[in-house]
Amino acid sequence: MISLLSGDRPRSAVLSVILLAILVVLAAAPFAFPGAQALNTAAKICVFVILVASYDLLIGYAGIVSFAHTMFYGIGGYGVGLALYGWGATWVSVFGGLALALGLGIVLALAIGLFSLRVRAIFFAMITLAVASAFAILASQLSGFTGGEDGRSFRVPPELRPAFKLFEEPVLGLDITGKVLTYYILFATALALFLLALRVVNSPFGSVLKAIRENDFRTEALGYRTVVFRTKVNCLAAAMAVVAGGLNALWLRYTGPDTTLSFAIMLDILLMVVIGGMGTLYGAVIGATLFIVAQNYLQKLMAVGAAATEGIPLVPHLIHPDRWLLWLGILFVASVYFFPTGIVGRFRKAGPH
Amino acid sequence: MPLRPLPPNPDRFSMPVLETHDLTVRFGGHVAVDGVTASFEAGTLTAIVGPNGAGKTTYFNLISGQIRASAGRVVLNGRDLSGAGTAARARAGLGRAFQLTNLFPNLSVRENVRLAVQAHAGGGGSMLSLASGHRDWIAKADRILAEVHLEAAAGQPAAALSHGDKRKLEVAIMMALEPMVYMFDEPTAGMSVDEVPVVLDLIRRLKERRDKTILLVEHKMDVVRSLADRIVVLHQGRLVADGEPGAVIASPIVQEAYLGVAAPAAAATPAAPAGREGAR
Ligand SMILES: Nc1ncnc2c1ncn2[C@@H]1O[C@H](COP(=O)(O)OP(=O)(O)O)[C@@H](O)[C@H]1O
Ligand SMILES: [Mg+2]
Repeated sequence: MISLLSGDRPRSAVLSVILLAILVVLAAAPFAFPGAQALNTAAKICVFVILVASYDLLIGYAGIVSFAHTMFYGIGGYGVGLALYGWGATWVSVFGGLALALGLGIVLALAIGLFSLRVRAIFFAMITLAVASAFAILASQLSGFTGGEDGRSFRVPPELRPAFKLFEEPVLGLDITGKVLTYYILFATALALFLLALRVVNSPFGSVLKAIRENDFRTEALGYRTVVFRTKVNCLAAAMAVVAGGLNALWLRYTGPDTTLSFAIMLDILLMVVIGGMGTLYGAVIGATLFIVAQNYLQKLMAVGAAATEGIPLVPHLIHPDRWLLWLGILFVASVYFFPTGIVGRFRKAGPH
Repeated sequence: MPLRPLPPNPDRFSMPVLETHDLTVRFGGHVAVDGVTASFEAGTLTAIVGPNGAGKTTYFNLISGQIRASAGRVVLNGRDLSGAGTAARARAGLGRAFQLTNLFPNLSVRENVRLAVQAHAGGGGSMLSLASGHRDWIAKADRILAEVHLEAAAGQPAAALSHGDKRKLEVAIMMALEPMVYMFDEPTAGMSVDEVPVVLDLIRRLKERRDKTILLVEHKMDVVRSLADRIVVLHQGRLVADGEPGAVIASPIVQEAYLGVAAPAAAATPAAPAGREGAR
């Protein structure tokens, strides 16, 4: 277990319990929650764990601020989606599309890295922003190929369709449908990639990333070519984002600019990293879970609250479901204010080291 | 009038490990290092002296690549490194301890040294092994920390160290890189009296191995006298004296420009603004 975690334990009892709970709930989600919305939420958490953990490799470990992460997410989504749309609903399309997307994503990350990771951090951030915007425009302009603003809906391989049943009989009262299978592909990939990221940050390579974040000038003076390390981690994070995008497309059976390329998703990723705690990776899991659960259930919770407080002046208005975005915003400002080092940082300080 | 350079071991021919040829850098109109030509042999310790602002730190920066030269060349073991970057020069064997302490503040003292050990072992590329699994690197880092009497602080973040201990850690990091050329930039500056011998002993032991080339910027003349095989004097960016310690210290130009025997000349010596000193 410890070696799976690369010796990097959560280092706080509360944190361990929370993480274990998230793991168990995600692992059992199809059995525990029959509803479609619950499973959609769980699937989205799996996808975002990959996306946020890979972004944390950049911002939290190497100190690289990139706004192109959703571009790579989009490349994955379009790669798998357009392959399934264009070449038919086969596994060859899934893996062929993913391979092409990985190739394109890594080449782009390499190019952006080599050309611009030498420059100051702020310029790098601007360049990624420019490239990502250009890519988003390109994706919506090439509507004959990408489906433009509408995106593309497509069919997935038969084994992943809701009508498919793996076994004749239900297991623990649940039919193992293609949808359940797809969920477990997402879950297993997220778990594997998270453990891989944990291994990377605790490797000699990862130790150099932390050194770069601390003092890039000194790292270079030790003989490490920082641009090479930055470029490599940029490629690794991009590849992980591509996979997350591909999985998301498989789950939604749809790809379009709103689900992958939109700048709003980039902001969500940033918030999840900050809320969870930068440079901890475990923060990615907690940040993604909390954010997505809040996004999906805050409105419902508020409806319940508004109904319960009916009769009291003003209060029902304030917690009317239509105000959910306001409350989400307040929640995030408060969490960043009270936990500047993120939730993980907060618990680590409180607990024993 | 510069003195003639004296070879430190006149009876033994040896090829220089490090040479600088007409090394020059201009900052705007100001020439901080002005055509410095010198060569340094293995097994020798050369003290580089000169008043504040003379260009000593900048000379080191030009050698280790933190600053690119406007003109001139840096040659290590016959290989021209003038076009190489900082990292390449470090890997080629140019070691540098900074005048202004330059550490990884939030990493542990041990990790500061371990990163240097890892760099020397060429081990930064591995993504899938565990850094903590390379026990030999950690053991070596601990050995070096013991040499500078920092073993008790190994687990602390570098930022928590006292000024003197930070200076020692700075030296420990360079030791871990096992370079061919060691450049110490005022290693004992600001240290308490009981800390100074730790660093000086270390430098002395390094010197006694007789296979390393050591460059030492140091203001304390007794230290220079006891350690140096040779003294190079920089003044306003120029090499003004170079030779055997007794002769250099006795020379009129050093008496005047550096030791301030002739008061008016010393008063005219420009002092570097403290904030601009050092590479960082
Ligand atoms: N990066 C820089 N930009 C402009 N001027 C500099 C820079 N670095 C050093 N100088 C100037 O070069 C001169 C030599 O400085 P320095 O090499 O630090 O002197 P020393 O180490 O001998 O005290 C000083 O006048 C200093 O102000
Ligand atoms: Mg200096």
